[in-house]
Parts: sequence; structure tokens; C-alpha cells
Amino acid sequence: MSTTATATTPYNYAYLDEQTKRMIRRAILKAIAIPGYQVPFASREMPMPYGWGTGGVQVTASIIGPTDTLKVIDQGSDDTTNAVSIRKFFQKTAAVAVTTSTSAATIIQTRHRIPETPLTAGQVLVFQVPTPEPLRFLEPRETETRKMHALAEYGLMHVKLYEDIAKHGRIAKTYDYPTMVAGRYLMAPSPTPKFDNPKMHRSPALQLFGAGREKRIYAVPPHTDVVSLDFDDYPFEVNKFDRPCALCGAENVYLDEVILDDRGGRMFVCSDTDHCETRRAEGHRGEILGQEETRA
Amino acid sequence: MTIDDQPLLSARGISKMYGQHVGCTDVSFDLFAGEVLAVVGESGSGKSTLLSVLSTRLEPTGGAVSYRMRDGTMRDVFALNEAERRLLMRTDWGFVHQDAREGLRMGISAGGNVGERLMAVGSRHYGEIRSTALDWLGRVEIDLTRVDDAPKTFSGGMRQRLQIARNLVTQPRLVFMDEPTGGLDVSVQARLLDLLRGLVADLGLAVIIVTHDLAVARLLSHRIMVMRAGRVIETGLTDQVLDDPREPYTQLLVSSVLQV
Amino acid sequence: MYVAVKGGERAIDNAHRLLASDRRGDTDIPEISTNQIAGQLKLAVARVMAEGSLYDPEVAALAIKQARGDLIEAIFLARAYRTTLPRFGYSRPIETSEMAVERRISATYKDLPGGQILGPTFDYTHRLIDFGLAGDAVPEPPAENAAGLEPAPHVTRLLNDEGLIEQNATRSDAPPRDLTREPLAFPAGRDLRLQNLARGDEGFLLGLAYSTQRGFGGSHPFVGEIRIGEVEVEFFAEELGFAVTLGRVQLTECEMVNQFKGSASEPPQFTRGYGLVFGQSERKAMSMALVDRALRAEEFGQDVTAPAQDQEFVLSHSDNVQATGFVEHLKLPHYVDFQAELGLVRRMRALHAAARADEPDEAPPEEADEPVEDREAAE
Repeated sequence: MSTTATATTPYNYAYLDEQTKRMIRRAILKAIAIPGYQVPFASREMPMPYGWGTGGVQVTASIIGPTDTLKVIDQGSDDTTNAVSIRKFFQKTAAVAVTTSTSAATIIQTRHRIPETPLTAGQVLVFQVPTPEPLRFLEPRETETRKMHALAEYGLMHVKLYEDIAKHGRIAKTYDYPTMVAGRYLMAPSPTPKFDNPKMHRSPALQLFGAGREKRIYAVPPHTDVVSLDFDDYPFEVNKFDRPCALCGAENVYLDEVILDDRGGRMFVCSDTDHCETRRAEGHRGEILGQEETRA
Repeated sequence: MTIDDQPLLSARGISKMYGQHVGCTDVSFDLFAGEVLAVVGESGSGKSTLLSVLSTRLEPTGGAVSYRMRDGTMRDVFALNEAERRLLMRTDWGFVHQDAREGLRMGISAGGNVGERLMAVGSRHYGEIRSTALDWLGRVEIDLTRVDDAPKTFSGGMRQRLQIARNLVTQPRLVFMDEPTGGLDVSVQARLLDLLRGLVADLGLAVIIVTHDLAVARLLSHRIMVMRAGRVIETGLTDQVLDDPREPYTQLLVSSVLQV
Repeated sequence: MYVAVKGGERAIDNAHRLLASDRRGDTDIPEISTNQIAGQLKLAVARVMAEGSLYDPEVAALAIKQARGDLIEAIFLARAYRTTLPRFGYSRPIETSEMAVERRISATYKDLPGGQILGPTFDYTHRLIDFGLAGDAVPEPPAENAAGLEPAPHVTRLLNDEGLIEQNATRSDAPPRDLTREPLAFPAGRDLRLQNLARGDEGFLLGLAYSTQRGFGGSHPFVGEIRIGEVEVEFFAEELGFAVTLGRVQLTECEMVNQFKGSASEPPQFTRGYGLVFGQSERKAMSMALVDRALRAEEFGQDVTAPAQDQEFVLSHSDNVQATGFVEHLKLPHYVDFQAELGLVRRMRALHAAARADEPDEAPPEEADEPVEDREAAE
């Protein structure tokens, strides 16, 4: 990996200095060695705001090289403003090839989604994490939550799930749904919808999680168990949609609701834009596109 | 000597200093399975300090507390690691606070409060957790329709009964109680005492109860320890001590308050 | 017809162009220079240097210009620049007792060695808008000052001589801890706490300090001394075997003296709260000193009951770059999570309506339902 500044910027390759990258890589290795454990790291100040992906950006900056191909998504889309901004940052500082294709990417940095196209061995999925501590809203103190993790004392999380069922007849947690990693550490999957939780389980890709403001890195190594918490008689269920994507007709994918007018008109389309475009390029047509084409 | 001949909990030479001030000093006793021991004295006598030390909430300045674990071995409770200590406290021990707010999660439903200990030790079947919780609410005479209500909507007596259910659901062998009837109306106190007496007898619980109320000691305990200025000044069978106190201080206590 | 949102990149570029032109404003009006900012908005520059944790008036002035006067944004720019700078080592401890004092006051002694020097202060000015300043008013030249040359020992040293105040921790040769190089862990030592406070948001610390005065963790403070002035910064160069002077920095130092009635372990004595910041900022230095003392509650056997005494609360929330980032990230799209919540609320409303429909008409009105879900912070 180059240690000299690239032609386009006075900064080091991928912005961070090499010492910092080594420090972050050590944290990543430790995280991989202890799946689901939140490794504290000396998070740097980044040129984008805290809460906007500084953790993910530091992880990506530490592992990226000139031969990588980077994809950045936010809400499943390559085209949302923050994804564009982060992608441009790496184009500028790391002179790296970028793509919107899930299968062509070697590193995918994401906020709030896991791509619909299954990941493969050798790919790295980097999550931007706002609140790495799954117990934080049950126990605000770091000193206490670290003790709870050390002792694997997770009863309180189940109390929360019990309360949901008692009050609402179901577990009322739809995203950032708590998971148990390798049977040991309770882990926040970041605010991805629980729809994506099963994709984390035994994934052949390496999954890295960076929380810049909270200064934590954690990891799910390839082929590791990631089990969503539940009760034997109230098993974990993913969000369900009662219709296919209006543009590409895909079933069993996560959909965004798009308001079409102010008279209650709405349609549901793939949240993963690359997935949707690929399917349409392959000739798949959903309800709305079908209508448009017949009319034309 | 069989296992039941060994004490369940054994305290030797317990003392706790707060700087120069004596919390309690040189307290030794054995507690056997199923035995109820009352520690009585005025406020400032050291009885609450003693209870905190025995239950590992406070580290003693000197002395040792050992406990016979479920596997039969006697262990120094202050030598347990944090994981072992926490497990002990939420399975084989219970602690009933005077202020139920310290012993309950006030924003969590009654069912969740009782179920927490079960989930903490691995129960993962909602229906079973709930039916066990309902069973315990019944045993402490809480209306079953209140199972999904949080204790912040409960009366003082109900909160105390809920706290007891939350402690007993894992079938502990030893329960610490700190003035469990303090702050309740007299009629509510009587009902709670009656309930406690029944549960303790049915379950064969060992109890160490701290109280300033000799009537509570009389009703619940087999043995009694009288404390003054941090020391145990008299100990014996409850009826014996209360009917025929030897120490002038105990005589004063009994004559001034005890009208059972 | 709905078109999948494209052109995020173009939208961002256009927004940035608009920002650049808006920053410049009316081009008929001369552009503000960084010299003007550094020379005439000194206190703004001081704040950016202090909370940006980077002593560089030129960078700070440029950051203020780029941030259009938004100081937290400027602090953010300074921090992001600072983090890329190579680090050669740590300076030797500065000697504030040898400060070239521009201002030095004590509230505990009427007169003292070195004297009371008011210096450039807003204190005792009447806060009347000076309409004369709207034009090009040339101020009178300052009066020549003979004082300030006399050595000014720290007030707390005078108390120290009598044994009335706690001893300062002895100087250690151990390398200082640095929260920008290692993640903060709790409980944090006083060195890290002070570093955190020195970088912390002035407004946040001011509010906390104020709360201690209003009874949320009383501290009975007196301003032992505030001094402002330049000190030399020295660096010990291993290769040379001696210390070299790197330059001078302007600092504000506040030593707060707090009454303390004693505890089981500590005798009655005065205790210290310490504040030190870059540039001229008494408000920040005083707030820092009050909060520093409040955070030492445990050390003196005092109960930790108030927010200002709670180090996890204070240290985790004092950094305005972190705070503004996370608060403002709520602007980012959250439609995936919101979609999940929409689905849940719709399902639960359907169940709720079905349950209502099953009830007999004359059923008594239900109590108000609790909110659907305990609201967690959106992420």
C-alpha cells in the first residue's frame, strides 16, 4: 500500500496516516478474533461529521488498497447524498475504482442495509454504526454495559422482548434488532431493518462494524453464527411485504414506500437500487413499469 | 455429619468500619437451612450494615462469610468472582428491600419483573415464563389481571408482595430482608407478615431479616440477635429472648415496645 | 411517473457551489481577510483554537471564514485538520507561573504579590451598543503599564505555604495520557478529564458549572486567580539533549479554590478546581475549573448526586463536534428504518381496530393507551 500522497490531495493515501491505519487494523484483527466483541479504538477526527459514517470510513480507509473496488450505499441506494459523498471521498483520497454493482465490489460500505444479492467469500461489508452498544437504551452507563457483556448477563434484553410481547403481542423491534454472535456476545447489527438479519448468519463475507463517535470496532468473521434473539414460542420473523417491487417485480426483497401524490397514491419499490436496476436490465418488469410500457 | 448438619451460612468475626466510626464489629453466627434469624436493634445499631456485608453488598473490614453452595461446598462469598457472585444473588439468594423501588424495575410490567430472573438464567419460552409469573403473582395474592401493569401503578403493599415474588421465583434457599414491612400501614403490614410466614414455612426458606420491630421478629423468626452500637449483645431463641431478656438493654427494648 | 432518485452527485455539487457563493456574499463588498478575523475577532479565534485543540490562529481564522462564522463548524474544520498533522512528541509542561501576564485577578485577596491587573476585559463595561463602532472609530492608544513586570506567584501557592489547600499532584515524568490517541475508558483519571474539559464545548461546560452553583453538586467556589498571558512552549529534543523553545502561546488559567469541610479520609481544607484553555476565554476556564472540582467528588468522599459530578455523563457529552454530528445526522435519510416502523404501526393499528370491533358497544371507555413503542433514538 502506498504511503505517499496521491497526486490529487496533499493527504496520505486514503486520508489516514499509516500509523493510524495500523492501529485500526490491530483493532479489526482483535474484533475478528473475538466475534461480536466491541473493541475500543482511538477513533480519529474525520472530515465528515460524527454520526455520518466516520467509523465505517475509518475501517474502509484502513483496509482499502488501489486494487480494490468500492461500493457505498446508504438506505440500500448508491445514489443517496451521503453515499455519494463517501464514495467521492475515497475516489479523491484513495484513487480507488468504484462500482454500484454488489457482485463487482471487493469492499461495500453501508448504512442501514445489506445488499439483496448474496455476498461471496473475499468480500468485505463495512457497516456504519451509530450506537454499537445493543444494551444502551436499557442501561445508559458504559461501565455497567461492559460488565454485562463480560459476564454475558443479557437477561435484561429478554425482559425488553418479553415486555413487547406482553404489550403488543409481538416483538416490536423492527430495526437494529439484537443478535447473538457465535453464542457469546450480544451485538447490535446497526440500524439495518431486521429483514437483513438472516443475511448476516454464516455469511461467507467478512462483516466489519465501525462506530467512530463511540470509538468501537466489532466484527463477524465469515461463516459465523448470528442469531436474532427471540422466544421459543415467539420465533424471530423478518419484515414482510405483501407485494412485489412495482418497478422490477422482485419478491422477498426490502421495499421502500414512495408517495406518488397527495391523494394517498403510493407504490413500493426495491430499497436496493442496484438489485432493482440489474433485474430491470434483465427484462423483469413490475406492475408500474409494465403499465407504462403497455401505454407507450 | 450429613450436609444438613452443616450451616447454610456462616459468619465469623465480621466487622465494618466507616473511617473511625464503627458500623458493626465482631459478629459471628451460623445459619442453618430453613432457619429464620431476626436481627433487631434501634437505628444506628449496625444491623443494616451487617445485612449489607452478609449479602456481599458491602465489603467487610474484617472477618469472613461463607456459604454452602448448591453443590454442597462451603465458599468464602468474598472470594467468589463477579460472575459467580451475581449468579448466586439472582438464583440461590434473594434480597427484599424496605423500599420496593430499589428491588423492582418500576417501569417494567409485574410479569416482566417476576420473569427477569428466569430469563437471566436461560428461560426462553414466553408462555412458560408468563405462566410461572402468573403462578407467583397468585401466590403473593396479586390480582392476575395486573400482570401487564408496571409496579409504578401499584400500592405500597402490592409492590412489596411483587418484590417477594420476584425474589422467590428461582427458588432461592436464602433470602435477606431489610425492614420488609417498614413504611406500610398497620393493616397492610399484618397481611404481608401473614403471607411471608406462610411462604417461608412452605418453601423451607432460610431468612435473615433486619427489623426494628420486635413484633415482626416475634411473628417470623426462630432465633434473634439483638444489636447495639455495632455489637451483638444478646442472642437466642426468639421466644426465650423476648419473654426473658437477659441484657438490661434488651429488657428496655422489650418493655418499651413489645405488646404482642 | 416516478423516476428512481438519480443525480445525488450533481445535487451535492450544486449545493456546494451555492454554499461557496453564499459564503462570499455580495461581491461589491470587500472580502474579509483572515488577518482581519485573527486581529479583530480574537475571541472567536481563541475559542476555535481551544475547542479545536490546535493552537494556530491562522488556521482558526481561515476555519471561521470558511465556516461563515459558525464557530462549532470552524472547530470541526480545525479538528479534522489537526488529526492529519504528524506528531513528533509532547512538549515539556508549561510554566504558567512564569506567564507574561496581560490580565491577572484574584477574588480571594485584595492585594497580592504581582498585583491585580485588569487587562483587556469586558468586566465593568456597560453593555450598551456602541453605535460609534459602526464607522471607522480609532480607539485611544492604551495607557502604558509599569506593572506586570513584577513576578506574580500563584495565589494557591500562598495558601499552600500555610497548608490550607490540598497539595497539587506531584509532577510525573510518565508520558501524558491523550484521549485523541486512545479511547476514553471509565473511570478516567484527572489528566484525561482535564483534557476532555479543555476541548469541551464552552456552552455545555458553562451550563454544568452554573448547575453546581445552583445546588446540583454544591462546591463553594472562590476564584483564587485568573491569569491570561503568553507562556513559552518548550520541547525536549532527544537528539540535541536539551530543550528548545517552540514558540509562545496565549493561555487563560483559572485556579478555583473550593471550601471543603472534610470527610472520613480527608481533613477540612481548601480544594482545587483547575481550568486552562488556549487564548483569552475566562468563561471557559472558570467553567472548566468548576466542573473539574465537581468531578473530583468521589476523590474527596462526597456523594455523586449531580450531573456535573458524574464523569460518564460529563465526559461523554462535552465534545461539541461529536454532539453536533450525531444530533445533525438525524437529517440523513432514515427511510429504511422508518419503513420498518410504518409496517409495524400499521399492523398494530389493524390489530387494535379488530380488538375494538370485537368489543360490545356499551363497553366502558378504555384508559388511554401507552405509546406504541418506547421511543429510542433514531439512528
